[in-house]
Amino acid sequence: MRRELCAALVARAARPDLVFLTGDLGFGALEPLRDALGERFLNAGIAEQNMIGVAAALASEGLEPWTYTIAPFCYARAFEQIRNDVCFHRLPVRMLANGGGYAYGVMGPTHHALEDYGVLSTLPGLHIFVPAFDADVAAVVDAAGTQAGPAYIRLGRGEVPEGCVAPAYAPWRRLREGNGPVVVAVGPMAGVVWSAVGSREDLDGPELWAVSELPLCASPPPQAFVAALTARRRLCVVEEHVAQGGLGQSLAAWCLEGGLAVAEFRHLAAAGYPSGTYGSQAFHRRESGLDPAAIRATLAA
Amino acid sequence: MARPVHTLRVEAGSGAHGAVSATTAHLTPGLLTLARWRLLAMHRAANVGHLGGNLSALDAMMLVHHEFLSEQDRFVLSKGHAAGALYVTLWSRGLISDTELGSFHADGTRLPGHPPARGLPTNRFGTGSLGHGLSLSAGLALAAKLQRRTNRVFCMTSDGEWQEGSTFEALIFCTHRRLSNLTILIDHNRLQGFGATAEVASLDPIGRVLCGFDVEIREADGHDLADMRRALSPGSSRPVAVILHTVKGHGVPAIEGRMDSHYLPLTEEQHREAVLGDAFAAEMAQ
Repeated sequence: MRRELCAALVARAARPDLVFLTGDLGFGALEPLRDALGERFLNAGIAEQNMIGVAAALASEGLEPWTYTIAPFCYARAFEQIRNDVCFHRLPVRMLANGGGYAYGVMGPTHHALEDYGVLSTLPGLHIFVPAFDADVAAVVDAAGTQAGPAYIRLGRGEVPEGCVAPAYAPWRRLREGNGPVVVAVGPMAGVVWSAVGSREDLDGPELWAVSELPLCASPPPQAFVAALTARRRLCVVEEHVAQGGLGQSLAAWCLEGGLAVAEFRHLAAAGYPSGTYGSQAFHRRESGLDPAAIRATLAA
Repeated sequence: MARPVHTLRVEAGSGAHGAVSATTAHLTPGLLTLARWRLLAMHRAANVGHLGGNLSALDAMMLVHHEFLSEQDRFVLSKGHAAGALYVTLWSRGLISDTELGSFHADGTRLPGHPPARGLPTNRFGTGSLGHGLSLSAGLALAAKLQRRTNRVFCMTSDGEWQEGSTFEALIFCTHRRLSNLTILIDHNRLQGFGATAEVASLDPIGRVLCGFDVEIREADGHDLADMRRALSPGSSRPVAVILHTVKGHGVPAIEGRMDSHYLPLTEEQHREAVLGDAFAAEMAQ
């Protein structure tokens, strides 16, 4: 999504208040943005805590700061700055986090982001975006840019399966209709599930929804989703995030609180590193049962 | 000999207007004494500590707010545990009422033990976790440069706070960006929560550490107004770091230079002695 991100921010660069801070990331991707922004493009160096604090202060002066680094270097390294400096003050800092889930693959676990939106969902007023497809990025940048408060944008690689056409961006989107279980996938996992269950609208197959904004209090499920779940009463949540703090848990609680009786609940989530070995994003997804074959098997069970 | 005319309490809701002028004109030693008394009274009423670091920072904070800080300038209290000194300083400028000051540390207060994130006049940031304020100040200074404003940014840190790595992240940023509109005040009282800075994780003398950065280093007696006026004067092509040589618990002999002043509240007797001692000294000066 880096190319789409750069294009979306270049299109926004004419806004005189926009300031972009990178934690020394962007080689081979963000040069057009650097050229478009001039002095408003800052390489803040390998100092993420400082970068977030600086961005908070820039926002307090009416500027529009965007920060950019690898996801864990943002939410994990600079968590206290996000909490204290940004969220306590409700400042509109937009934090771009590259490499959601296992996206950095064999680079290893220090570069993975498996608990980011769970942790960040606990912070007041922080709106989280998880674009599902590359084509979503422009709309997400627009949406995050108009937030009155802080935003965290989890970027990954999101591909629409061959033969499928994704509907226009929305926080909740129905990608596939069906009378089977209601499947909810977060961000790019929507494309993986979609490829697993196929585009042909087999009415016995699952109904697939993509979720791209969290937490649920800021992005509640739409009525069509509620109607489908009420009718089917079978729910499956798929996410490249640990189960603890993920959408699965919060959606289950949301159902309970709303009196929505779900008869069957399945939760496919990141399992961490069960074999103790490392590999590509596809390898880690397989180890977690997040690959198309495992998803198909779960839904068929 | 006449007794000092200052009173510890003024009319409710009036800030300090009843006793002092709320201008940014000359800061007098008398006003400083009044502020210290109010600080002591406030902590005594709440029966809370953190007095040592408040008293070491109070004189500089008062001077900056009364003589240097314009409406366009910014002040960030990175050593948030000196919140009491900040509240009293704002009170002395008529920005917080005496009634509100009386709510310090109480349930439902807007004046907790560390500055809140919202609702405090002129104060932009809630602080308290050390190592945040210099980055925030760097951002304010950078914003001024980007927005072509000429205002100054003052950031007060403790000395122990320089053990936080994030403070050095910020310093590197400030110097690399040549944020010459930024003045860093270091309250160098040489004591931290559980020991002397020289014993815990020594950077002493802190000036020698800062010499490795492209920052203009100045030093001053943090309890000498004239000396601080000189050190805080504008005019540098680089960020300025002012090392303020201070005494933890300054002005209260019972706790001066003592580490436990970081935590322990004054007893009633210590409080009375501190105020009477000041009053006696004021009389002798007449």
